[in-house]
Amino acid sequence: MKKKIIFAALLTAFVALSLSACKSQAKDSITVFNYSMYIDPEILDQFEEESGIHVNYEEAPTPEELYTKYKSGAISYDLLCSSEYMLQRLMSEGELKEVDFSSFENKDNMSSRCMEMCKDIDPEHKYLMPYFWGTVGILYDPDKTNGEITSWDSLFNGEYSGNFIMQDSMRDSFMVALKYLGYSANTTDEAELLEAKELLISQKPQVQAYHVDEVRDEIIGGNAALGVIYSGEGYYAYQENDRLKYCIPKEGSNYWIDCFCMTKDCKNVEGAKKFMDFLCREDIAQKNFDYVCYSSAMNSVVDNYSDAEKNFPAVNPSDEELKRCEMFKQLPKETTEKMGEYWKELKAR
Amino acid sequence: MVEKLKNFICKFYLLLITLFLHIPVLLLIVLSFNGSRNRTSWGGFSLKWYKKMFSSSQMMDAFSNTILISFCAASIATVIGLLAALGISAMKNRGYGIMLAATNIPMVNADIVTGLALMLWFIKFIPLGFTSVLLAHITFDIPYVVLSVLPRVKQMNVAVYEAARDLGANGIYAFFKVVMPQLYGSILYGFFMALTISMDDFTVTYFTRGAGVNTLSTLIYGELKKGIVPEMYALSTLIFVVVFVILLIVNFGSVRKEKKAVAA
Amino acid sequence: MGNPRKVCAYPYIIWIIGFTVIPLGIIVKYALTDSTGVFSLYNILAIAQPVHLKALIFSTEVAVICTLICILLSYPLVMSLKRLGYMGKRFSIFVLILPMWINFVLRLLAWQMILSNNGLLNALLELLHLPTIAIANTKTAMMIGLVYDYLPYMILPIYNCIDEIDDDLIDAARDLGANGFTVFLKIIFPLTIPGLLSGIVMVFVPSMTSFVTANVLGGGKYQLIGNVIEQEFMTTMDWNLGSGLSLILMIFTLISMVFTSGNEEPGKESAIW
Repeated sequence: MKKKIIFAALLTAFVALSLSACKSQAKDSITVFNYSMYIDPEILDQFEEESGIHVNYEEAPTPEELYTKYKSGAISYDLLCSSEYMLQRLMSEGELKEVDFSSFENKDNMSSRCMEMCKDIDPEHKYLMPYFWGTVGILYDPDKTNGEITSWDSLFNGEYSGNFIMQDSMRDSFMVALKYLGYSANTTDEAELLEAKELLISQKPQVQAYHVDEVRDEIIGGNAALGVIYSGEGYYAYQENDRLKYCIPKEGSNYWIDCFCMTKDCKNVEGAKKFMDFLCREDIAQKNFDYVCYSSAMNSVVDNYSDAEKNFPAVNPSDEELKRCEMFKQLPKETTEKMGEYWKELKAR
Repeated sequence: MVEKLKNFICKFYLLLITLFLHIPVLLLIVLSFNGSRNRTSWGGFSLKWYKKMFSSSQMMDAFSNTILISFCAASIATVIGLLAALGISAMKNRGYGIMLAATNIPMVNADIVTGLALMLWFIKFIPLGFTSVLLAHITFDIPYVVLSVLPRVKQMNVAVYEAARDLGANGIYAFFKVVMPQLYGSILYGFFMALTISMDDFTVTYFTRGAGVNTLSTLIYGELKKGIVPEMYALSTLIFVVVFVILLIVNFGSVRKEKKAVAA
Repeated sequence: MGNPRKVCAYPYIIWIIGFTVIPLGIIVKYALTDSTGVFSLYNILAIAQPVHLKALIFSTEVAVICTLICILLSYPLVMSLKRLGYMGKRFSIFVLILPMWINFVLRLLAWQMILSNNGLLNALLELLHLPTIAIANTKTAMMIGLVYDYLPYMILPIYNCIDEIDDDLIDAARDLGANGFTVFLKIIFPLTIPGLLSGIVMVFVPSMTSFVTANVLGGGKYQLIGNVIEQEFMTTMDWNLGSGLSLILMIFTLISMVFTSGNEEPGKESAIW
């Protein structure tokens, strides 16, 4: 008897659930593809509330995964947010659509400094809406290191063996090795790449872990003394624990800019434009910066930086520090393949 | 004396393994009451994450997706699986063997291969999204139902069904009155098994999901890279407690009755 | 034509063809062609490349160790369970299954917190004035996670078999002078072989491919064959190579299936619910 009752209850629950599943989806919607945790989720809610447009939101952890997922065609996206070298690749493949930025209500909020950074890829400012930018550096806990960290050398000289974290991303890891060796991060020279690979392989036994964004929590939690990190994560960590320091190593590093762009198959152009415009609005941009912690590409936010933000190199690097840094370029296919092969070899060790 | 010692060792070992299996769960429950956001420091007892979790639309969506997908998948799988078990039991050697082998494929195949195969297939005709995840879950749920119902169907007394037909009951009536009561237990077991597997699945969902469709597993995996929000611990604790109570009632409510039946 | 009841199985047969046979067929198709769609064995032979071979050997090694540990932990456990009364048994099994209702990824995260350098385990060791250990992001941490994940899948089928053994049989053997070890070796173990085999099937191949566990607890330093396949699909976008490696993995699955086919009723009702 009892089993029968449970059975009936389950059946009812099922019918109720199936009915609720049929609840009508909002007709007007856009599909947005972004990096993980790269927007304050409340902004998505607020946008839906104000515009009535539903946002299908999707995330990927790295540029490579974002690209693969987009290219597989499994999901049709309206808006993408990615980094400059990936955007360059997408653009050269004709995947992007022009956007009329002059019609944006908040067009003046987009920082001209950031548009300057995209100049190589998008000279006429037709495709890309700058979102956030930043650098790659070392986050460290001065109580656990022997003094200040100023060089990539700390990751290779064995001083902190078992106590540091590398980035689990092919280009960033190679960038660190290449810069340390004094080469360009965009090198296509096979001998230089090979040297970088050998260096990374010899470094592997000393590495505590290869992580992407977990680096931040591991250092806050005191599980490692230093780690290669993106600037925004570094600033977030600093907010949690103001003892932590961020440095852009003296050998130079990588700086990058992430932009929103419209895909060539965008189905809801008006909705997508509204969303981009919304992100440029002063209050929204501020809210987003407070959540995301990367250097904002919006004038209103930059003008409002607090003293702490102005003085922290992860948010506001000096010109001298930026000059050491280099942007990634799209590499030729052979170099990408070679690097991919080396990376696999490194990970399989 | 030796027997006593043996008993003690056995109980101790049992406790040790139970502890091993439950320590992570306990840790998560404790963290859900942690006042501090930081997972390495204790910020006093607090219920704020329980209040906060309801305001996170991302999490509530993932939660309702998880429930919806696993319940729908388990239910549909139960219907198809039950019919399949009835049909397969009527088959002869070769057909029976083939069907059993086919049923075993999704169970023994690595999750990653099942997920990828379905993904490659789905993108050819439907956009990845809620439907594709649901179809995938039904696919790996059915075998659990078939394999739990089939042995029962084989043990079932066919004569009772035939007697009912002889006495004038039509096929459907006889099925629900005579056959089903014998199978309730195994159907329920198959359903719950499917539900558990479906709720806990990560890999297949990861490969077959589309934009904006997250289950709790995939949402957590995404958050893992950036640090889990403590609201997630709260939600998991809540699910755990609810399931614990339900299972306790289902499990031990019926035990008492069975015991009585044995005693009588 | 035979029994008309067979018709009942038709929806399932259609489902199998639509969602099991065809998708696997697509994997085979991708595996046997190159990116332009021309027949090629390159993706299958790619397993012989040192990078892939290493991952395969490493995965097999990990899976063997994980399965062995699960077996070694399970037998004493089910033997202990057998000594309990009806309620005790039922309750213990219930408690052993319970953690499965906390999300899989969260359970792994909890282990990460326990094992990290500044984590619970080291805090405990410090409290006891013992030296701390750097176990985080090592092979050991990964093994702990794998064993933790798959242990219930080993315990349950073995328990189901052992629970059916008639106590009289064991008593008889004892009366005839067999000691505890002989009873185990001559009676209990042979009778639990079907359960053991289905346990191995449930543990071996899955632990070869558990890429999430390797990433979370191994700190990204260890590559199971599952990680390689995942990367081919999600990062490098070489679906043909990914499919080729998947096909190799399916061979292991087939070997597992040979084990199960001798096992008539693998999904026997157990005492979970």
